Amino acid sequence: MIFALAGNQNCGKTTLFNQLTGSNQHVGNFPGVTVERKDGVIRGHHDVTVVDLPGIYSLSPYTSEEIVTRDFLLNNHPDGIINIVDATNIERNLYLSMQLIELNLPMVIALNMMDEVRANDGTIIIEKFQKELGVPVVPISASKNEGIDELIETAISTAGAKQKPKRQDFCTGAVHRAIHSVAHLVEDHAERIGVPPRFAATKLVEGDAPMMNALSLSENEKDMVGHSVTEMESELGTDREAALADMRYTFIEGLCKDTVVKMGESKEHRRSVAIDNILTHKYLAIPIFLAIMMLVFYLTFGVIGSALSDLLSFVIDFVTGAASAGLTAYGINPVVHSLLIDGVFAGVGSVLSFLPIIVVLFFFLSILEDSGYMARVAFVMDKLLRKIGLSGRSFVPMLIGFGCSVPAIMATRTLSSERDRKMTILLTPFMSCSAKLPIYAMFTVAFFPKHRALVMIALYVTGIVIGIISGLILKSTIFHGKPVPFVMELPNYRFPSAKSVALLMWDKAKDFLMRAFTVIFVATIIIWFLQTFDTRFNVVATSADSMLAGIGKLIAPLFAPLGFTDWRVSTALITGFTAKEAVVSTLAVLTGTSVSNLPAALAQLFTPLTAWSYLTFTLLYTPCVAAISAVRREMNSTKNAVAMVFYQTGVAWIVAFLVYHIGLLIFH
Amino acid sequence: MTLDELKIGHKSKIIEVGGEGALRRRLLDMGLTPHTEVMVRKVAPMGDPIEIHLRGYELTIRIDDAKKIEVEGTLDR
Repeated sequence: MIFALAGNQNCGKTTLFNQLTGSNQHVGNFPGVTVERKDGVIRGHHDVTVVDLPGIYSLSPYTSEEIVTRDFLLNNHPDGIINIVDATNIERNLYLSMQLIELNLPMVIALNMMDEVRANDGTIIIEKFQKELGVPVVPISASKNEGIDELIETAISTAGAKQKPKRQDFCTGAVHRAIHSVAHLVEDHAERIGVPPRFAATKLVEGDAPMMNALSLSENEKDMVGHSVTEMESELGTDREAALADMRYTFIEGLCKDTVVKMGESKEHRRSVAIDNILTHKYLAIPIFLAIMMLVFYLTFGVIGSALSDLLSFVIDFVTGAASAGLTAYGINPVVHSLLIDGVFAGVGSVLSFLPIIVVLFFFLSILEDSGYMARVAFVMDKLLRKIGLSGRSFVPMLIGFGCSVPAIMATRTLSSERDRKMTILLTPFMSCSAKLPIYAMFTVAFFPKHRALVMIALYVTGIVIGIISGLILKSTIFHGKPVPFVMELPNYRFPSAKSVALLMWDKAKDFLMRAFTVIFVATIIIWFLQTFDTRFNVVATSADSMLAGIGKLIAPLFAPLGFTDWRVSTALITGFTAKEAVVSTLAVLTGTSVSNLPAALAQLFTPLTAWSYLTFTLLYTPCVAAISAVRREMNSTKNAVAMVFYQTGVAWIVAFLVYHIGLLIFH
Repeated sequence: MTLDELKIGHKSKIIEVGGEGALRRRLLDMGLTPHTEVMVRKVAPMGDPIEIHLRGYELTIRIDDAKKIEVEGTLDR
């Protein structure tokens, strides 16, 4: 038995899903689009699956979230719908319920946050309420785990009996007449494609183009639909979309008048307004936001993350050392030893050291998201990002990009629009990540000792400017067309649930580990292979003879126009593909010096100008393999991930070329 | 007058939502239908977007979009 869980955003849907399924979840995307889809088995019912659909407000044909929801409901034939409704915000939540009812599938309404309604002297006369709506209604409190068992029971019995909604017709007057005549007209067409006639008719009257195409009506029938609609519009003096929205809300207002004892302004709402007086204050909002982000960064990358990373690398070093000693004692072939220790252990180990940072960052992010603060950030920052065709929602992922692109790309999941999400993913790697800092540190010591901070700031600014230019280009090319409207709810602040936070952290850690042991594992072994063998598959004595060095020599001429021609420099760029820190260690290995003597060695390879060009290139070129695999996963497309590698490397080449040649003009 | 002209803290009732396509539909779906009471709660620090209160919840919309929403004059505060 399969249930679809549908509801608005911010109505406790994720909390309910977590209560229903526990940690038994599978996260993925809908086929072909990057819209999140979560499945889980209901606890104690092995044969009952629930699919968590994206949080939506309507079944209009405009956003990909709404389209995948209705396609899922129409094409995958779930046995029932569990519609979660926020009882503290009942009018707007029921608007979606009314459209779901028209799908004519067995349905149960889970009336969430009833504890909050009651605590604020409100109540809902459930008997009358469910009679008017024609579907069973179960009051619950998802966060307090109240009413969940009853909800499961009701859902299973309703779906088991294939009990469809008892009422379909909520409208009167002109709208009623229009829907009826259209329903009559398209009944055969709708049944042929497996769509409930009533739903098809309502959507046609509303002016839903995809539905019109799907039904393949004759010209004559289209004219008749048009005629019914025109008649309705002239009678009501309004257009079709407004007429239907008005019809639904009018019914809801009537229903609430009869069955809902409205609560006064709730404690939670008053508290929210008070918090917002500070957090979205005219002058305080931005400083507070920056302070919060700085604290999160400091704790993640400075205190907790680095402590955990150190601990983890201690454990990894210990295990690696033990394994190495064990293998040597066993007398294993030195090449296999190198493969396991220098390839597998070192490669996966270096990627694993990201894990604590990702888990800690997502701990803070999920608290910011679940508490409702992220929506405020979007509200405060929207104006800045609008210019590059995004909305305020993209600000936080981009900011995280300054720490690490991997969690930043994973954090784009919170963006509700597919377009914004893709575009944010493409722009995030231009925000210079913290793994590039060792490169900047090394080069500024060697070439710009007096202006280190200035050079670093210039690099960060270059990244941001290139990101903005890329945004402007993307906006008018690939992501041409209208952005999703920025009409966003600011939910009441709530205390995040420990369970949700823990599940999200677990989910992200699992996701990252899976990639660390698949894509990233393979990539590090390839690099090891290239580093260890020459073209005749002999083990090399020094890495200068390896295949990797050969490739470095081969591609070195490509960088001549950028001012650096030495093969060691280009080889370091290739190893930078596994992790950016590797650029520095590779340069040290290839120049045969220790990291502390590297600045002197670098002075032989670069002039300050070519060093600047090299820094610009490393700032902008392809992100590391962990970030690319995150892009591939989040975009649901290998093609897009590969295209991004080429795009960024191309941009890096052009910008470094400009830096070098403009520099030449100025200084010579 | 239009919604963007309503002063902070003032209430009014919606007459009509103009514009077209996805944006207009979203506004209607969110409950900005005729006769609905709205209050402007605040303006974002950079002057745009605005936060409005309707049907018991808070919604944020951009000023350009608020210009398309026709409202009655200011009601009693």
